[in-house]
Amino acid sequence: MADPILKVEDLMKSFGGVVATDQFFFDIQQGEFHAIIGPNGAGKTTLVAQISGMLKPDSGRILFDGQDITGLSAAERSHLGLARSFQITSVFRHFSARQNVALSIQARQGHSFRFWKPAARDSSLTEPAMKILSDLGLANRANVLADNLSHGEKRQLEIAMALATDPKLLLLDEPTAGMGAEDSARIREFLGGLKGKYSMLLIEHDMDTVFSLADRVTVLVYGRGIATGTPEEVRGNAEVRAAYLGEDDAAHA
Amino acid sequence: MSTLLVLEQTLNGIQFGVFLFLISAGLTLVLGIMNVVNLAHGALFMMGAYFASTFVAWTGSFFIAFLLIIPSSVILGIVIEMLTLRPLYLRDHMDQVLATFGLILFFNEGVKLVWGVDPQPMPTPELFTGNVEIFPDAPYPVFRLFIIGVGLLVAAVIYFLIARTKVGMLIRAGASNTQMIRAMGVNIRFLNTFVFGLGAFFAGLAGLMAAPIISVESGMGDEMLILAFVVIVIGGIGSVRGALVASVIIGVFEVVGRSMLPIAMQQIFPLEIAQTVGPALASMLIYILMAGVLFFKPQGLFPARTG
Amino acid sequence: MELTRLKGWLLAIGFVVLVAVPPAVTAMDETFYITLISRIMIFAIAALSLDLILGFGGMISFGHAAYLGLGSYAVGILAFHEITNGWLQLFVAIGGSAVVALIIGAICLRTSGIYFIMITLAMTQLLFFIGISLETYGGDDGLPTDRSEFAAFIDLGNEWILFYLILGFLVLCMYISWRLINSRFGMVIRGCHENEARMQAIGFPTYRYKLLAFVISGSMCGIAGFLLANLTEFVTPEFMHWFRSGEIMIMVLVGGMGTLFGPVVGAFAFLMFEEIISGFTENWPVIFGPLLVLLVLFAKQGVWGLLPKSKAGDG
Repeated sequence: MADPILKVEDLMKSFGGVVATDQFFFDIQQGEFHAIIGPNGAGKTTLVAQISGMLKPDSGRILFDGQDITGLSAAERSHLGLARSFQITSVFRHFSARQNVALSIQARQGHSFRFWKPAARDSSLTEPAMKILSDLGLANRANVLADNLSHGEKRQLEIAMALATDPKLLLLDEPTAGMGAEDSARIREFLGGLKGKYSMLLIEHDMDTVFSLADRVTVLVYGRGIATGTPEEVRGNAEVRAAYLGEDDAAHA
Repeated sequence: MSTLLVLEQTLNGIQFGVFLFLISAGLTLVLGIMNVVNLAHGALFMMGAYFASTFVAWTGSFFIAFLLIIPSSVILGIVIEMLTLRPLYLRDHMDQVLATFGLILFFNEGVKLVWGVDPQPMPTPELFTGNVEIFPDAPYPVFRLFIIGVGLLVAAVIYFLIARTKVGMLIRAGASNTQMIRAMGVNIRFLNTFVFGLGAFFAGLAGLMAAPIISVESGMGDEMLILAFVVIVIGGIGSVRGALVASVIIGVFEVVGRSMLPIAMQQIFPLEIAQTVGPALASMLIYILMAGVLFFKPQGLFPARTG
Repeated sequence: MELTRLKGWLLAIGFVVLVAVPPAVTAMDETFYITLISRIMIFAIAALSLDLILGFGGMISFGHAAYLGLGSYAVGILAFHEITNGWLQLFVAIGGSAVVALIIGAICLRTSGIYFIMITLAMTQLLFFIGISLETYGGDDGLPTDRSEFAAFIDLGNEWILFYLILGFLVLCMYISWRLINSRFGMVIRGCHENEARMQAIGFPTYRYKLLAFVISGSMCGIAGFLLANLTEFVTPEFMHWFRSGEIMIMVLVGGMGTLFGPVVGAFAFLMFEEIISGFTENWPVIFGPLLVLLVLFAKQGVWGLLPKSKAGDG
């Protein structure tokens, strides 16, 4: 069997005595759609930061496609094929939608120490950027400044930028954050379309999205993975119900 | 003789370091808690010196001048905070830099209009005019010792304030995590103004203490401000303890380095080289030190921010 | 960055007016203006170079006067040793500024935010003090210097020729900057300004791009220093005082940050204002200081920034 696309071994991270990630193990198989859920403060954000390379773990290893990437920077991980989208929309507001995507393509094409030719007229950037925008149904918004896009469009652009780096693994940090039900459904449908084409790690709050899309789910509580399994297995897990779903039910009651 | 000179210069260095501490203690809190760049802090130091000179001229008493410095520097600080900085807290640092740079231009020129271009007279208070022989045959001015004493007293007061009082607890929390303070529902506006006023008072106090020994004139705070920045970078933004340690280190390096390095270099290099390179190297010393600290500890010696 | 038609016309008119300055003011017998406008154009280059990293790159460098000083000392010190070849001096001015910018940038860019501002400020002060302690080269009294010598037909002793040389450099620097910020490299720099973490996440090792931008900016400011020494025939540590850094920054703000022509407009506005108001009172900073505060509070876009923008972006 092939190496898992991502393997996390015994990851530890604490901030001044507060343990945020605690002996965390998990893996994502090639082509798998894996979701991580957990209540607020479970350490999801810290985990994403460590996997994407924004934060150094105290100990433990992260393997990407069989290679130890624990010591690599975020940029180096991106070049290996690990792409992420952000929970808080972080598109480049003063660039057009096309420029946003073109920037990602520029990154994957190697160094950018090119000082003379206008990037906006470089067809090796603009054409693939337009293609990705068309695929997402954003072609007619290509020249609009990202700042002027709707919230849903910004979230889509956010994912488009991650896709444009030609990733092997997509790390999606709460792609439906701050969205209404209608927009959430649209993103869910869109993610469903990506399923199978990319290995994906979804960090999510929205249960509908997680349980309808994920192959496997890992539940994170106080920095520890308390359960991993198919959506049905996780739903049935008593510890999970106590720690998380129970709370969720109570909140809905 | 040489050892004595070193000892005397070291004492001078500590005394200079105490000045730096008075100026940088308030500034490091302002930077750390409010996350605001304030270039006008040196101007508060200068205004303290001008006020002191004026109050002594009026009353003839250093002590009364001290009592008057408290309200005058605090009020000046609070007015500055309310008029220029408060609207800029949520803006980017560039705006804060330029606005407070505007304040420096105003104050540096304003004192010339009010007090004239000549340096202001400021006698050493009579109580402290003499010398003492700390080391045999080396008289040392009492006033300089007094400055060191005041500095240590201030350090103790700040320590007490921060470690033992409720407002101190908020300051500590604010220096490490501003968001948390906001989340706790503390009146951040009041805390900001309080910290700024406190910083202004220490800067004014430094001005009072400096007035008898350095020239009270326009622009006297500019160089001090840069040195305070060096102190804060080395000590770590928001850390009063860092400011104290770094102030003394910088004070000693600056004073001892400037006086001793050219002499020391003459022992090793030809006179001509020593005379050219020596002073240049001496003036670089503290900045090299700063670069070194940054290289190994980018957050300073005593980082206050944890995350 | 595309220009609106209005801005294109304003630029063309501005250029024609500048070209016409020497004959016009000579005809009016006001040759003093040749020197004033020369000086303004030099600071326009300095402000433009700062804007590359400040307005486009988001790096708040409070140390740009360092390179102004380095460029001018390249002229002064070489001339002191009777090396007056202009090309060589220019090369040293640019190269020296680049090397120092590389060192300062390498240290400062390890930090960000308030640290970055304070350290760039402190590093400039370091150069200022070195200048003062260089007794051989005049110390804090400064050093009179001769103008650079180029081939015979570029005789800088002639004020007209010096003026057109400076104008030529200004146009060249504007053109280079324009190419630069629209290139792939420029996109990376502007991206870093907006969201550095995001740039890293899509695969840019941002440090090296920012460092190179810092070096390019410093080198360009070194050219301004080279020209300044030629104009004033004098070099002094005052060129490196942090107040100069502040003034260059004000020019960028007044003209409009993150625009190519704003810094040029800002240099004109600031130095003309200084020229006029200092004719009324030598205490003009008393007025200018509060004015600057008001400007920051209420008119942040700057003069050029107030003009209508092109649809595609921040032209």
